[in-house]
Amino acid sequence: MAKTIIPIGPYHPLQEEAEFFQLHVEGEKVVGIDVSIGYNHRGIEKISESLTFDQVPYLVERVCGICSTSHPLAYVQAVEEIGGIQVPERALYLRTIIAEMERLHSHLLWAGLAGHFLGYNTVWMWAWKYREPVLDVLEAVTGNRQNYAFMKVGGIRRDFEKEDIFRIDQILDELKPKIDLLTGAVMDDPVLHARVKGVGILKPEDAYSFGAVGPTARASGIKIDVRRDEPYAAYDRVEWDVITDPAGDVFARVKVRLLELYESVKIIRQCLRDLPGGEISARVKEIPPGEGIGRVEAPRGECFHYVCSDGTNRPVRHKIRAPSYVNVPTCQVTVPGETISDATIILASVDPCYSCTERMQVVDKEKGTTLSGKDLVRLSQEKTALLIKGGHR
Amino acid sequence: MLDPITRFRERFWKTMVKFDQRSAKRIYIEFRPIDVPEAVRYLTSTLRARFVIMSGVDIPEGIELLYHLSFDGFGKIVTLRTRVNKDSPQIESIAPIIEAASWIEREIAELLGVEFIGHPHPGRLLLAEDWLEGCYPLRSERHKP
Repeated sequence: MAKTIIPIGPYHPLQEEAEFFQLHVEGEKVVGIDVSIGYNHRGIEKISESLTFDQVPYLVERVCGICSTSHPLAYVQAVEEIGGIQVPERALYLRTIIAEMERLHSHLLWAGLAGHFLGYNTVWMWAWKYREPVLDVLEAVTGNRQNYAFMKVGGIRRDFEKEDIFRIDQILDELKPKIDLLTGAVMDDPVLHARVKGVGILKPEDAYSFGAVGPTARASGIKIDVRRDEPYAAYDRVEWDVITDPAGDVFARVKVRLLELYESVKIIRQCLRDLPGGEISARVKEIPPGEGIGRVEAPRGECFHYVCSDGTNRPVRHKIRAPSYVNVPTCQVTVPGETISDATIILASVDPCYSCTERMQVVDKEKGTTLSGKDLVRLSQEKTALLIKGGHR
Repeated sequence: MLDPITRFRERFWKTMVKFDQRSAKRIYIEFRPIDVPEAVRYLTSTLRARFVIMSGVDIPEGIELLYHLSFDGFGKIVTLRTRVNKDSPQIESIAPIIEAASWIEREIAELLGVEFIGHPHPGRLLLAEDWLEGCYPLRSERHKP
């Protein structure tokens, strides 16, 4: 059969992490995939070399709009390692709270998008509705829905008021039954099981060789989590579990993320309960020459920052590795062998960034026909609809 | 079972240039470029360290390459350090050993101009196809003669 090439992306440079996927297909079946990146390369590592240590957090929180606290946190930890800076207890707890709030809203955002790609637009609307109060409370306590400007070398920039703690507590009370509802709906839906179980399997060996991290690795049974492996902030002072699933399919990745929502709620509650008083920032003098590594478990996995200082007031080198850098290439083993209608959800299941999967284009070279990105999402949604008609309900 | 760092040290004490344990969690080990692939192979296939990323740094003496690997169960990051000559920066690729290194080697090749010999899919990763030949954005102006 003639091979067709289907390009996906990168048609919208305004979205972060624009990517370009080329599916090689034979009929309905994907036989190969090429990934190209760099469409939105902003040279952040280079810009970082021209900023002072205190200015860099504002830059790196713009690496990703969703992980806007993971990058600054990883960076400040790297600099704190160079300077041997002891961060006050209260700041460590508040860092943990903000980081987990970020995970809550990021996972909810993803759940909504996954629902949309599969044709469950109610899930999309609801998940995003549940996410909104989390953003509201982040705005109330930090001053912004995203890009909180919360982390600084030596501590945090803004303290919590008493009512902030009350407000977060209240949001969590309201959120919990909604997560129950969402998780219950996913776990019990026979159509969803038929649609994503056994699809896009990432074997543990492949996850290891691609260096996959976060929920992508954990859904392949690899128990890694920076929060547990190299505890930072206050993660070693609270009780929580690393969620894993051995299946490695799209369903496992959905499940791991949903169950992680509960763990985040658990962590935030303990931090609020045990929140110590005192200073929120250490006094930082000069940053000595040296090098440091900061690691943070972002919602998508390990976020890695390497900072090198030569004793001046700016980094000589700042290397950033976002989790998608190692998660996205896994599509080279998860997508081939599946159908075109499943490619959408498999690519989305590593939570790369919705920009890449939302804008797709199909070009059939043989027939000269063109399908738009909307059509590919529609294909995916129709497959779900077919299953519903087929009596899976 | 022996701690992986001890096993690594015992195996590579001859070729190691410098062993520097900064803290319980951070170990920096210097190698000559020629010895790096073997060390990476041992770390990943025998000791099962997870390849995290590489960093390339332009320093006055050359281009420094750092290979960061993680022992997740132990919470340690091992960084292999090596230096290549700035005039003809070349090193053997480790992408055939560990797939995760494939992208970052291409990235360092275009941003710092290091040639990774034996890379299975060399070529542009981040920069535009028509980017100037021989212009490496992460090379430092300060070190120009």
